[in-house]
Order: sequence, then C-alpha cells, then structure tokens
Amino acid sequence: MAKLAFQTLDDHSTPFWALIAVHVALVAAGLGAALYMEENGHIVTGMNNQIVWGLPHVFAVFLIVAASGALNVASVSSVFNRLAYKPYARLSGLLAIALLIGGLAVLVLDLGRPDRLLVAMTTYNFKSIFAWNIYLYSGFVVIVAAYLFSMMDRQAAKSAAFGKAMGWLAFGWRLVLTTGTGSIFGFLIAREAYDAAILAPLFIAASFLYGLAFTVLVLLTMSRETRDELMPEEMLGKFRGLLVIFALAVLYFTAVQHVTKLYSAAHQGVELFLLRDGGIFPLIFWLGQIGIGTVLPLALLAFAPRGTKGRLAIELASALFLIGGLAQLYVIIIGGQAFPLALFPGMEVSSPALDGAVGRYVPALPELLLGASGVSMAMLIVALALRLMPFLPKAPAGAVSANAAPDQGLGGSDPMPSGRAL
Amino acid sequence: MSDARDTRTTLAADRRALLRGAGGLLAVLLAPGVTLYAMGGAEAEARAPGEAVSPKVRWGLLIDVNACPADCDACVAACRTENGWADTGHKATDPHWIRKVSVRDPASGAAREVPVMCQHCASAPCVDVCPTGASFRRADGIVLVDRHICIGCRYCIMACPYKARTLVHEPVHDQTADAPRGKGTVEGCTLCAPRIDAGRLPACVEACAAKGGAMLFGDLNDPNSAIAKAVAARAPARIRADLRLDPGVGYRGL
Repeated sequence: MAKLAFQTLDDHSTPFWALIAVHVALVAAGLGAALYMEENGHIVTGMNNQIVWGLPHVFAVFLIVAASGALNVASVSSVFNRLAYKPYARLSGLLAIALLIGGLAVLVLDLGRPDRLLVAMTTYNFKSIFAWNIYLYSGFVVIVAAYLFSMMDRQAAKSAAFGKAMGWLAFGWRLVLTTGTGSIFGFLIAREAYDAAILAPLFIAASFLYGLAFTVLVLLTMSRETRDELMPEEMLGKFRGLLVIFALAVLYFTAVQHVTKLYSAAHQGVELFLLRDGGIFPLIFWLGQIGIGTVLPLALLAFAPRGTKGRLAIELASALFLIGGLAQLYVIIIGGQAFPLALFPGMEVSSPALDGAVGRYVPALPELLLGASGVSMAMLIVALALRLMPFLPKAPAGAVSANAAPDQGLGGSDPMPSGRAL
Repeated sequence: MSDARDTRTTLAADRRALLRGAGGLLAVLLAPGVTLYAMGGAEAEARAPGEAVSPKVRWGLLIDVNACPADCDACVAACRTENGWADTGHKATDPHWIRKVSVRDPASGAAREVPVMCQHCASAPCVDVCPTGASFRRADGIVLVDRHICIGCRYCIMACPYKARTLVHEPVHDQTADAPRGKGTVEGCTLCAPRIDAGRLPACVEACAAKGGAMLFGDLNDPNSAIAKAVAARAPARIRADLRLDPGVGYRGL
C-alpha cells in the first residue's frame, strides 16, 4: 500500500503573510466591533425589533453549515472508502472544526449578553433546538478531533476499525448537526417564511456545497503556498463533478421549498414578497443566489477547459458558490423576518410597533466586521494548525494517481471513481 | 407575622370591597354594554410572601374590542408608567410591552383597535425555544423572562407569533423596582405579576376600568370568577387561534 505523506507549513511566502495579516486585522476589527456592540447595545447595529437576527447570523449560520460540509471529503474517504480522497481527510476535519469555531464565535459575540456564555453552557432547556445545538456543536468538535486523532496518531492509525468507527460517527453526527441548524428555522411556527421541514434537507445540501467550496479554495491556496500540486488533475475533475452535483441539489431543494409554499394560498404572500415584490430580497435571491451563486459558477464549471487548465475556473466557481451561499442565507434569515408577522391574517394592520409593515434593515459596519471576522478566525485557525501539525498532503499525485482512473472532469461519468483498488 | 398577614389580607379584602363598590357605581353610570368588564377587577387573591404560585390558578384577560375606543391608550400609558418603559427615539427598536393595533377588514372596511400584549400562552413557543430556560411559564400561567439567565439570543422574538417581545437595544436608566430591565435582554408583558401577587389588578386593566372598562382580568380556572363566567357564556376569539397555543388572553368583537 502506498504510504501517504503529509507536511507542515514551514515558511511562508510574502503573499501568504499578507493574507494572514488581512485575517488578523479582520479578527481584531470583529472583536472590536463586538466590544462596541456590547458596550452600546444593539442600537449601534442595523438590527431592530423587526429584524432581530442580522448579518452576524447570516455569517454564523453560513460558517456552521459550511463546517459540517467541510467534513465531506474525510467522510467520502473513510465512510465510503474512496481512497483517492484520503490525502485530504485530515485537512477536511481541520477545516470542519475551524469553520465551526468561527461561526460559533460570531453567534456568541452577537448575543445581547455575550458575557453570559457560561449561563448558556450550564443552564439548559432541553425543549429548545438551540440547547440541542449547543450539544451538537460541542459534540461535533470532540468527535472530529477524535476522528483526526484516529488518522494522525501513529498507534491509533494502525487500527482501521477505530478510524472507520470515528468516520461513521462523525458522518452521522454532521447530518444531525445540520438538521439541527436547519430546524432552528424549520421549527418556527409563527413565521410564514420558515415553519417547513424541508429547511433541514436544504441546509444539508447547502452544507455539502459550501463545505466543498471552502475545501477547494483552501487546497488551491495551499498548492500555491507549498508549490506542491495538492490537487492533481484527477482530483480537480472529481471536485468539479461534486460541486456540480451539490449545486444542483441545493437548487432542487430551493425550488421545492418555494414551489410548495407558492401552492398554498396562505403562503403566497410571503413567497411573492421573497421572489418578486420584496425589493432587495428578490434581487438578492435572483441575482445573488441564483445568478451569481448558482448559474454562473455552473456555467464556469461546464465550459471551463478540462484538466489542470480548469483550475482557475474551479477556484472562481467555488468562490461564487460561497457568495451564493451568503445570498441564500441572507434571503432566508433577513427576508424571512422582514415579511410582517400576520397576527390578523387577511386584515390590514398598523401599530406603533410597526405591525403589518415590512421590516427595514440596513446592516451596520460593526455587524459586517463581526460577521466577516468569523471567516477570518476560521482561516487563521487553519493556517496555525497547518504550521503546527501535518494536516496537508504532500504530493498526493504520486500516492493516488497510479490506481485511480483518469478523470475527465465534468464530462467524466463518475464523479467519485472508486479508489478501492489502492 | 400571621397577624401582619391577616391585617394585610383584611386590608386587601377592604380594598377589594371598595373596588367592587366603585365598579358597581361605574356600572350604573356607564353604558350597560361595557359594565361587565369594569367589574372584573377584584379577582386577584394576594399571595403571602414565600407562598408558591399555584397551578390551580390560570390568570387571564378578556378584552372587549367593541368597548375599546380608537383614541384611548390608557392601557399603554399605564403599562409604561408601571413598568418604566418609554419610547427611545428610535422607532424600530422601541419597547412595546403592550400596543394598540389598528385592524381593518379590506373587504368590509370594518375597523377595530386591538390592544395586544403577551398572550400568556399555555403552549408558549417562546418558552419552548429559549435555550437557557430564561423564558418560562409560571404555574399560574404567566409567561415571564428571567432577566438573570436571558443571554439575549432573541430566539423567543423569532418564535413569538404575537410580536409581544422586544430586545432592550440601549442602556436603560430609572427602572422601576418591580420591573427590572436590562440592555441586551428580552422583555415583554408580565401581566404585572408583582401587582397580581399583591392582590392588585394589572396596571392596564386598572387604567382601562377607569376609562369605562374593556378589559376583564381574573382566574380562568375559578368557575365563579367573572372572567370564567364570561368565557363560559360565550367563547372568546383568540389571535392566531389556528396555532392552538391556548393563549390566556381572549377577545370579544374581533
């Protein structure tokens, strides 16, 4: 059996240091913004009593969803036994933990009382999906850490059964975790935009897409940094195929979600608001999520040259999928709240508390900085970990390509060719 | 100690008798259609210090929308004074423990003014979703926020179908002793629990009664209470009855 080789990042190029500096600056700005919000209250944000969850939630949910999806590559390698993915399993686990921590940090720092984190971690109402999520998130970190241990510890790695068991556990856990994240919205009976069981599978499909997009971007950045071909031609093809499938899955669930609601007279109002009449929200949906975030990257992947020449297209498409993901969550989270609650269905209502009025929301700078700092925090954790421990594969091309069928990219019939022969 | 309690009980009883008398007088003076509601007053039994809230009691409100004039906001003003909340100068983040919602039927043109506050649901979504249990339902049906363990996640605001809760967006000053408020925590109608515990009426109900009375307060579980009798005589309407949250607040004339 060919031995997989891994490496640590030993020295950094100037562009890499610049990237680190940008992330450090963003994290510092995000922490400053959180302090500012803590000191002055949420009045300094664009959030209000109509839009109670703003941009920080968009970023936090985005990162948490992406985190579970980032584990895909590891799961594919150990649960589904595709050995071609094995070299990336460590990075996949690391990225999953880092993204989750980034998302949770944003979520916690956006609390009205972030100083009461200890209360949140010690006082539970087990009927709350939020309380379950606290267990699901911390459990995820522990399980993925154990999974990484099973792959990286010399003794533990000898036991295939241990690695396999941890792989299965992590895979199952991540599905439950994303179901939990989707259910935060799915369980809200009062809001017409939510209250739908399909939000859970939609979030799972989205997690596959965002997680893989993050993985691809990190791998390509690291390829430049290490000057190693971390993503040889065949892997580029596999990832390209997977991105297409995941993007189509998200599109499918999005379509079902909207069409189901459009069909019911009671929900037509909210659907027309989100898809046609709601001003900024239809714009973000059609232009952001569908146009820039789905159609354009799919076209890029379909028409880009095959092989290593398609590298830039895959990188660009991954970035666009992530932008589309932010747009998707913006429409779900902010758009869903902006549509007024119907206390008296069918009636015209008004009140000093803005009953019946569309919620107005303009994100403020502190929110944007806090939200974006979550991404930077995740990337810094990854960069630090890559320097400290051997998460990055070393020239995996030689290790896997001998036994894997050459992939024809999107045109290839099997996006996950078997590596069992290895 | 028990003497003191007896004295208090006697005083409360006297007060109740007085209120009842005053209510009776108002009843004679005011339009007969509204009198029922002005008398609902003296339902609250004072709870002795240390005595547990009883699940035998379910506090509720019955609001007659037909008797609620458009230009009256006595209930809202009384709640502000009692609980120390006020406009902040920022409309979108203003607190609203109680508000009057103008409702108009586009088909018939019929218009109503509906006072809306926390509906004190038996199956309260805010209580279900609160991760720390800060949002809780007292044994006697009053839904409250424990300001000590509220982390300000706002999930309850997302979950409440009645828009009954608001987040304190700015530092607050000059709080009243019975209604502590805090920046970064969520708040809403408490049904004036401290007043109820002392055998008094919620501030909105008291203020409303002085204006003619469109609100009836009392123990829904006590078949002899005015509210229970009124509810038994004719089932009240509930806001978003379709959600089956079993609110403690009912309406007439919606």
